[in-house]
Amino acid sequence: MLPSLFDSLGRPRVLDLALQTHYFWALLPEIVLSLGAMAVLLVDVFQKENRSEPSRPVIAWLSLVVLGLAAVANTALYGVTEASGRGLVAVDAFRMATNFIYLLAAALTLLLSIGYLDRRGINRGEFHVLVLFSTLGMMLMGGAQDLMMIFIGLEVMSVAIYVLVGFDRLDPRSSEGSLKYFLLGAFSSAFFLYGIALVWGSLGTTQIQQMLGSANSAGRVGPMLLAGMALVMIGFAFKVAAMPFHLWTPDAYDGAPTPITSLMSTGVKAAAFAAFIRVFMVGFGPTAEYEWRSALILMGGITMFGANLIALTQGSVKRMLAYSSIAHAGYLLVALAANNPRGVGAFLFYLLVYTLMTAGAFGLVIANSREDGQERLTLEDWSGFASQQPALAAMFSIFLLSLAGFPLTAGFLGKLYILRAAVEAGLPSVAAMLVIASLISYFYYLRLVVVMYMRPARDAEEHSGAGLPTATFTAVAIAAVLVVGLFFLGGVRNGPLAAAQRSACSIFDTGPGGRSYAECPVAAPATTQQTAAARP
Amino acid sequence: MNFLQSHWILTILIALPLVGALLAYLSGEKNARMTALVVGIAEFALAVLLYVGFDPAAKCGTSVVARNLYGGSQGMTQQQVPMSNCADVAWFADWGIHYRIGMDGISLFMVVLTALLLPLMVLGSWTYIRDRQRGFYASLLALTSGVVGVFVSLDMFLFYVFWEMMLIPMYFMIGIWGGKERIYAAVKFFLYTAVGSLLMLVAILYMYWKLYTETGTLSFGYYDFLTVMFTPAQASVLFLAFALAFAIKVPVFPFHTWLPHAHVQAPTAGSVILAGVLLKMGTYGFIRFALPFFPDVAHSSKVVPAAMILGLMGIIYAALVAAVQPNAKKLVAYTSVAHLGFVILGIFALNLQGMQGALLVMISHGLSTPMLFFMLGMLYERRHSYEIADFGGLAASMPMFSSLLVFAAMASVGLPGTAGFVSEFLILLGTFRSEPFYALIAGTGVIFAAYYMLPMVQRMLFNREPSPENAHVPDLSARELVILLPLAALIILLGVYPKPVLERMEPAARATIEAANQSRIRIEPAYTPVAQHSESAD
Repeated sequence: MLPSLFDSLGRPRVLDLALQTHYFWALLPEIVLSLGAMAVLLVDVFQKENRSEPSRPVIAWLSLVVLGLAAVANTALYGVTEASGRGLVAVDAFRMATNFIYLLAAALTLLLSIGYLDRRGINRGEFHVLVLFSTLGMMLMGGAQDLMMIFIGLEVMSVAIYVLVGFDRLDPRSSEGSLKYFLLGAFSSAFFLYGIALVWGSLGTTQIQQMLGSANSAGRVGPMLLAGMALVMIGFAFKVAAMPFHLWTPDAYDGAPTPITSLMSTGVKAAAFAAFIRVFMVGFGPTAEYEWRSALILMGGITMFGANLIALTQGSVKRMLAYSSIAHAGYLLVALAANNPRGVGAFLFYLLVYTLMTAGAFGLVIANSREDGQERLTLEDWSGFASQQPALAAMFSIFLLSLAGFPLTAGFLGKLYILRAAVEAGLPSVAAMLVIASLISYFYYLRLVVVMYMRPARDAEEHSGAGLPTATFTAVAIAAVLVVGLFFLGGVRNGPLAAAQRSACSIFDTGPGGRSYAECPVAAPATTQQTAAARP
Repeated sequence: MNFLQSHWILTILIALPLVGALLAYLSGEKNARMTALVVGIAEFALAVLLYVGFDPAAKCGTSVVARNLYGGSQGMTQQQVPMSNCADVAWFADWGIHYRIGMDGISLFMVVLTALLLPLMVLGSWTYIRDRQRGFYASLLALTSGVVGVFVSLDMFLFYVFWEMMLIPMYFMIGIWGGKERIYAAVKFFLYTAVGSLLMLVAILYMYWKLYTETGTLSFGYYDFLTVMFTPAQASVLFLAFALAFAIKVPVFPFHTWLPHAHVQAPTAGSVILAGVLLKMGTYGFIRFALPFFPDVAHSSKVVPAAMILGLMGIIYAALVAAVQPNAKKLVAYTSVAHLGFVILGIFALNLQGMQGALLVMISHGLSTPMLFFMLGMLYERRHSYEIADFGGLAASMPMFSSLLVFAAMASVGLPGTAGFVSEFLILLGTFRSEPFYALIAGTGVIFAAYYMLPMVQRMLFNREPSPENAHVPDLSARELVILLPLAALIILLGVYPKPVLERMEPAARATIEAANQSRIRIEPAYTPVAQHSESAD
């Protein structure tokens, strides 16, 4: 229904990004989002007579509406292709799918922050606007088809996030996290930019689709290109918080307001990974494939084991979830190292599930906080939670089990997808590594379940204050239902699993001259034309 | 096709406890146990119907899957397979994951045993569990559902899901309603089991991928997996991954350390289902999966002696440890290790007698050990202790209890006339045919069983003058007799007339032995680019 709406509005099915005007259609979701964000900012400014009073609740709902409109605009990308191969942004199903995930992550963040901001006394309209702008940055970064464009997206996203991490400026931990993130983030941007320069120097282009051809015609992989690739990879590794480039993560995640922690570990990571995939699988592809895949496997292994082992020792639940998020970056690196469409499909599906379960878990962290907004984060603060708050405890258990990758949750299906990609890429030993690493993670996820269910509360009234506003509770409950439901319904015909695989295939050149993959059926060109002609 | 031969009866057996779990949870603190009892009785009645309608010679033919919500139209079984009550419905059709279930003589008795124990466990927990009852009965029922699922799955994905699914309720049962060190025991139980099963998952995925690259079939089907060929090295590694998962579950000797903790800390119903059924999932795994998938490894001159020695270690070591236990529940827990050592011995004898004996021990142990655990639980409700030293002279105050305890102990030892005797005799016979020396050592295990069991009975029931607390312990109530008498009757029945069981199991046992006798090894040429080139040129 929606795609035909855009057809009737005059959107061409095949865009040609050599024409400036076609960028309007290619960037429609981003345009809607940025206009909407500015509108929210204006509404907030004009609504407040006294600048120190908190924003009205309507700002949060307005921001959610903006995200919804951006999602509608995002469907304009459905079934659209790009002809010139020279665009600055990609137009394919992968971009559309990842855009939905960023929007979902941002929406969950805003829902988690309803009430939370008031309790901490930081309810300012800028918070919502900055979340929207950082989402814009994610969309630009993940959808970019050019290294420079990726850099711009990365900066738009990061600057907004730096501010958001330090949003509670009276809280020293928040400021500390923000400063650390900013300094290390600036470093990584410099690495990334220098890497781009070296790649440009050796390939003569920063356009991702043209990089491959240029590398092929150059033949040999020179040291400059290798150095450039390495620096670009380090830049990404910083953003996805892969070990050993993760040092900023625990402090930033711990200090940031919890909804922002959720956004950082879902949306930001997703965008960085999406760009990572495009640059390495599409842009470099077979160029120095052995080297970059080995580096990814090494980094993934260190990340999985290191993060899980450190998470075991964490006393704070929020820090534990921060390290768990690092460990999940390690699992996703395995999907990348597979370097096949299956791996990208696994990435997309896992990302969706991961966003739901991580945001849900942080939602529960918020639920168990004091009236003044101070979170109760030690393990003891959770003892006896299940007997006093059975519904919240059940949801938290679902999220934790799903993060651990336990059957009957979608986390298991996602992990299975990654394992399958790794085995099919000829990396069964890496798959075994992933399994052993997630075994370590069982220990700390379960410990929380143990504390909630098996230890008595310190006093009978301890958790009576725990709870979430209705909207947030509904969102978290829906996420919990989805995490279980996706396990049973993920395989529905043309369902999420199939959609993830189709979207993943869209970034690979499976046409004549490209590699063929068993998981990506090649559509005969004639059929494509027929269907295109058949549509009005 | 009538109901008893259709897959619906199995599906209902899986789904009924799960629905029951929800009902028990919703029916509130007061009524949860009643709901659970009704569901348990219904489950048992269905299982009896399953037993009555079972035809050992049944075969499942080519079934064409109807297109459903999940798509897919690929049938499970192109060949006739010796299973009954089969179903094959697409689930994740793109991945070759189907809802494939079916049953043969081996599964039948495991399912019946599970369903028999379910209402008894509810009765056994009737007064034992006092707080958070609805959660307890919901866990118990969900656990049963997972266990039944494991025994009837014919799809490796489905099997794995059920295998892991039963872990969570068991974990909660030990961790919430257990004894003093319940959390340690629960976590240890969980982690041990998870270690093995995750490595098994990688092995399953590897086989899945190998099946796909060799035949182009995308399937997790059990019978499709049976067609995969391996190089010797691959087969060894994969066998180890499967064997580790099952050995931890059984538990085979060096991996048994989780068991005593779990048993001692678990509430009565937890110990009962753990000993009665959960441990059998490990041996069932060996019989159903590890042996038929990797017959060459299972037959190899390294694995057979190793497995048998581990089995013997289990028998003798566990007996020696059991003999010095001051805690009666721990003692009974160690007897499980010993009995399952016999099962391992019987399985790796790799002949019909050994296999049938192993299967029969799985049943007889599933009757006698739960009986012992029930009785210890009853004693605990009266005296709040499992320590042998706290008792003595119970024979005077509790005559009915004492006579039944003597009977259960004799059944556990394997006195002629009880089920234990027939089954262990068959195992020794089978082992003697393949490895006489090991059979000789295993034979002493029967003596060891008497060595640890009889002193316990003597010290608890007779030994001392009755101390004041023991003089006025009330004897068994009617509810408790309802739990114990059926078990006792079945133990005697199987001891004197095991034919109905043996004849229903025989085709399945024979099929397993046959599958384990085929070679599934292929020597592949060394991988060279040249060889690949010539292949593609063809």
